[in-house]
Amino acid sequence: MDTDDKLVMMANQIAAFFAAQGEARAVPAIAEHIQKFWDPVMRSKFLGVAQDAELHPLVRKAVSLIH
Amino acid sequence: MRDGDIDRGTPESKAGRTVSLVVDGAMVEVPEGTSIMRAASMAGFQVPKLCATDSLNAFGSCRLCLVEIDGRAGTPASCTTPVAQGMVVRTQTERLKKLRRGVMELYISDHPLDCLTCAANGDCELQDMAGAVGLREVRYGYDGDNHLADVKDQSNPYFTYDPSKCIVCSRCVRACEEVQGTFALTIGGRGFESRVAASANVPFLESECVSCGACVQACPTATLIEKSVAEIGTPERVVKTTCAYCGVGCSFDAEMRGDEVVRMTPSKNGKANSGHSCIKGRFAWGYAQHKDRILKPMIRASIDEPWREVGWDEAIAYTASEFKRIQAKYGKGAVGGITSSRCTNEETFVVQKMVRAAFGNNNVDTCARVCHSPTGYGLRTTFGTSAGTQDFVSVEKSDVIVVIGANPTDGHPVFASRMKRRLREGAKLIVIDPRRIDLVHMPHVEASYHLALKPGTNVAVLTAMAHVIVTEGLIDQDFVATRCEADAYAEWAAVVSDPSRSPEATQGATGVPAALVRGAARLYAGKGKNGAIYYGLGVTEHSQGTTAVMAIANLAMATGNIGREGVGVNPLRGQNNVQGSCDMGSFPHELSGYRHISDAPTRALFEAAWGVELDSEPGLRIPNMLDAAVDGRFKGLYVQGEDIAQSDPDTKHVVGGLKAMECVVVQDLFLNETANYAHVFLPGSTFLEKDGTFTNAERRIQRVRKTMAPKNGYGDWEITLKLSEALGYPMPYAHPSEIMDEIARLTPTFAGVSFEKLDELGSVQWPCNDKAPEGTPVMHRAGFARGKGLFVLTEYVATEEKTGPRFPLLLTTGRILSQYNVGAQTRRTSNSLWHTEDRLEIHPHDAEQRGVTDGAWVKLASRSGETSLRALVTDRVAPGVVYTTFHHPSTQANVVTSDYSDWATNCPEYKVTAVQVMPSNGPTDWQRDYERHSVASRRVEAAE
Repeated sequence: MDTDDKLVMMANQIAAFFAAQGEARAVPAIAEHIQKFWDPVMRSKFLGVAQDAELHPLVRKAVSLIH
Repeated sequence: MRDGDIDRGTPESKAGRTVSLVVDGAMVEVPEGTSIMRAASMAGFQVPKLCATDSLNAFGSCRLCLVEIDGRAGTPASCTTPVAQGMVVRTQTERLKKLRRGVMELYISDHPLDCLTCAANGDCELQDMAGAVGLREVRYGYDGDNHLADVKDQSNPYFTYDPSKCIVCSRCVRACEEVQGTFALTIGGRGFESRVAASANVPFLESECVSCGACVQACPTATLIEKSVAEIGTPERVVKTTCAYCGVGCSFDAEMRGDEVVRMTPSKNGKANSGHSCIKGRFAWGYAQHKDRILKPMIRASIDEPWREVGWDEAIAYTASEFKRIQAKYGKGAVGGITSSRCTNEETFVVQKMVRAAFGNNNVDTCARVCHSPTGYGLRTTFGTSAGTQDFVSVEKSDVIVVIGANPTDGHPVFASRMKRRLREGAKLIVIDPRRIDLVHMPHVEASYHLALKPGTNVAVLTAMAHVIVTEGLIDQDFVATRCEADAYAEWAAVVSDPSRSPEATQGATGVPAALVRGAARLYAGKGKNGAIYYGLGVTEHSQGTTAVMAIANLAMATGNIGREGVGVNPLRGQNNVQGSCDMGSFPHELSGYRHISDAPTRALFEAAWGVELDSEPGLRIPNMLDAAVDGRFKGLYVQGEDIAQSDPDTKHVVGGLKAMECVVVQDLFLNETANYAHVFLPGSTFLEKDGTFTNAERRIQRVRKTMAPKNGYGDWEITLKLSEALGYPMPYAHPSEIMDEIARLTPTFAGVSFEKLDELGSVQWPCNDKAPEGTPVMHRAGFARGKGLFVLTEYVATEEKTGPRFPLLLTTGRILSQYNVGAQTRRTSNSLWHTEDRLEIHPHDAEQRGVTDGAWVKLASRSGETSLRALVTDRVAPGVVYTTFHHPSTQANVVTSDYSDWATNCPEYKVTAVQVMPSNGPTDWQRDYERHSVASRRVEAAE
C-alpha cells in the first residue's frame, strides 16, 4: 500500500470510530484528530489526494476543516 | 541496614489492633497476630531459626526457635505461636540453650563439614545458627547414615541443587508455593529419605520449575545456590537498582565484587516486587558482558561496506555533519529520533529535547508507539491521565480479576505471582484471550470464565459485557451519577443497550458463547465487590486498540470500579520504561506530562527553559517516518536502544524505509537487526553502568544506580549530549539528577520528584507534587484527573485484515517467560536453553488438515510476506487461530504481520494477521537472503 492510499485508509478508520457520535460531532472530531496527530506534510499529501479518493462520507465533510 | 532488610522470621501482621508483651524483660507492642519470633525481633532479640523467614508463612519444623512463656508448659516454637496481651517470653534460658544445641547437633551430624570451601561460607544461616547456639561438638559423630554422597543436580544453568547440604526445612518448597505460585517443588520420601524434589523427582531443568530464584533466595544453606557465587565468590558490596526487563520494575540488589556482578537478588523493600523476581531479572544479566557487545563506535558510508571502528569524537562529528547535510539538502523535517523504553527517563528526555531543540522539529517517537500508545490516548480521553490507576499491591484487595489480552505469567511474572496469591485466597478470575494462557488453568488457579474470542473482536466482547451490565441493572448508579459526565453516560447506556450489541447478537462475530459473556459481565459487576482489569498488548495492538482501552474504561466506570484499592484499569507495560518514555515527551505531538505541542503556554514554558523556538506542529510517528522515508522525504534517523527492523510490523516495509535513508544511527549494546541498515553505530551502556530512573507500569519512579563504569565509555545520556552539542545545541548536565530536576521543573506531575527524594523514600508514584508530595498509589480517588469521567461510544468495527480462501487462519503473537521482546538481551544468556527458537502453535485440527506434525517445519504466509518455523501442535490455541513469538531474528515473525494499525495512534495490528500454514522444507528464500545480508552487514574492517 503506498503512502497516499494509507493516509486515506487511516482517515477512513478515524471516521469509522467517530461515526458512532453522529455527524455533527464526528466531522469536527475527525478534522481535529488529523490536525493534532498528523504532521503537516501528511496532511498536505492527504488533502492533495482527497478529491479523488474513496473517502468515508464523514471524512469528505471534514476535509474542509483540515489545513 | 534498612529495617526491611532484617529477617524477622515471619510475615508482618496486618491487624489494626495491637497487643503488648514482654520479651526478655523488654516491653514491646506489636499488631495482633504477630508471632513471638517477630515480636522478639521487633524488641531487638533475634531468636535462632532455620525454617523461618519473613517472606514465608510460619512452618514450625526446625525446632530451633523454641521459647519459654510464663504460665505455659513446654517450649513452643516462637514462629508458630502468636503473641498475647501481657505475655512474658524468654528467648534465652539454660533449658533453651541445651535444646537448641541438641537440635543443631542432629543437623550438623548429617551435613558436610566443608565450610571453608563451601560457596555459602559466610552467607549460610546454618553456619550462623551453629554459632548462635554455641555448638562446639557433635556427640553423634559423622559415621552414621547420612546424605553426604547424594549427587548434585547442576542441570539448571543458573543454580545448583546439592542434596547433601539440605536440611529439609522446606523453605524452598514453600517459596515455590507461597511466593512464586508454581508448586514445582515438593519433599519426596519419608523420614530419613525426605529430600527436595523438582516435579516428579526429575532434574531441575526438566521440571516445571520456572527459575524465578525464590527457592534459591529462601535456602538457608548452600543447597540451592547461584552458580555465579560458586564461581566468583561472595559479594563485597551491594548497589540497589531496578531491573531493566519488563514493566513490573523489580527492585534488585546488585551484589558486587569489584566491578563484577556476583548475583542479582530481589530487594525485600522493593515496592513493585516485595522481594520476588523472575528468571530474567534474577539471572539473565550476563548479556552485559557478552562477547557480542560492541564497545567502540563504528561508521560506514554505505550499508554494503564493512564497519570501521573510530573514536568517539569522529563518530559524533560524522553523525552531526551527516544530519546537518541532510537537513540542508532535504529540509529540517528530514531527520528524526526514536527514544527507548529500555533507557532511563533522563536519557529519553534528552533525546526528545535534542530532536525538538537541535533537530528543530518534532519527529520524535518511542517504541511505545507499537505497544501501549492506545493506552495513553484511551485513558487520557476517559479518565484524563495516560496511565494505569493502581499500584500492584492493590490486587491483594481484588475480588474479581479480569485479564484481557495479557499473559502475566510469561510477560509480567512477578506481578503474576502476586495475582496468583490473591486468586489462591479466593478471588475470581475472568480471562479474555484467544489463547488458553496458563492462568486459565494451573495449580490452584482456575478461571471462572475464559472468553476465547476470535482475534480482533475485543471491542465487540467488551461492549457486549457493557450491554449485560446496563440491561440487567448492574450499573453502580451512585458512582456514575457523582463521578461521570451525565450526558455521555446516558448516550453510552442507550447505545450499548441496543439488542445489536448483546452477547447473543455478537457471538457469531466474536466466537464467544453468549452465556459466557453474560456470566463474566455479571461476575465483574457484582455489587460490593472489587473488580480489577489488567490488560496487555492483546488489547492495544489492534486496529481498534484505542477503542478497546476506552471500552475497558467504560466498564470500570459503569461498575464503580475506580478510585480505591482492589479495583481499577491496569495496563501491563511490556518493557521496563514504557510508562516513563511516554511520560517524558517522546511522542511527536506532546511534551513531557502529555501536553500537546500546539498548546502555546506549554510551549512557551519549554522555550524559555531551553532557549529555542519550538515547532508547534506534530511530528512524524515511527510508521509515518518509515512511510516518509520510502517516499524520499525522510533521510536521517537516530535510534536509541530500539530494534525496529525486528520489532516493528511488516519487516519488508521497515527495511525498505531504512534502506531509503542516508544516515541511520543506531545506539545499542549489540549490532541488532536495525544496525544491518545503519551507517553509524554508537555503543550503548547497560542499566548496570549508569544512573537514572525507570517508571514502571504502576507509575512508580525508581532509581537505576551505576554499579560499574560504562564498558563503552559513556552512559547513553552522555552520548546524546555529545551529539546534541555537535549539532550546535549543548545540554550541559553534569549528572542525570540534573536532568530529573529539569523534568520536575517543567512537568507538573513530576514536580516533587528528585533523586534525593527517591533515595530517601525508595520510590514514588506520579503524580508527585505539592498535592501529593510522596506520590499517588491509587489515582482518581475523589475525582477523575479530567474532572468527571467520560463514557465514550465504542462501536465495534471489524479489522480490514480479513481471512479468506488464501489466508484462512488468524495469526496472533506474544512472548514467552524466558525471552524478552526481540531477544537481544535474553538470547545472549542461558535463558535460550528454555526457548531456542520461535515455534508456531497450531490446533491439532488445523494441523491435521494441512498434514502438519508436531516439530515439523511449516511455511507461514500472509499478504505481507512469508517465513518458516517449526510447528507446535497444541489445543492451547483455538481452531482457526495460530500463535507465535518474535524473539528470534532468524524467524522474522514480523515479515508476516501487516501494516494495519490502530485508528488513533498507528499502533500496529500485530495481533491479527490473516495467514496460511503449509508444510515446508526449511527456511524461506527471504530468511536465507536475510541471513546472508545479516552476516555481511556485521563485518568489521580489521584494525590497522
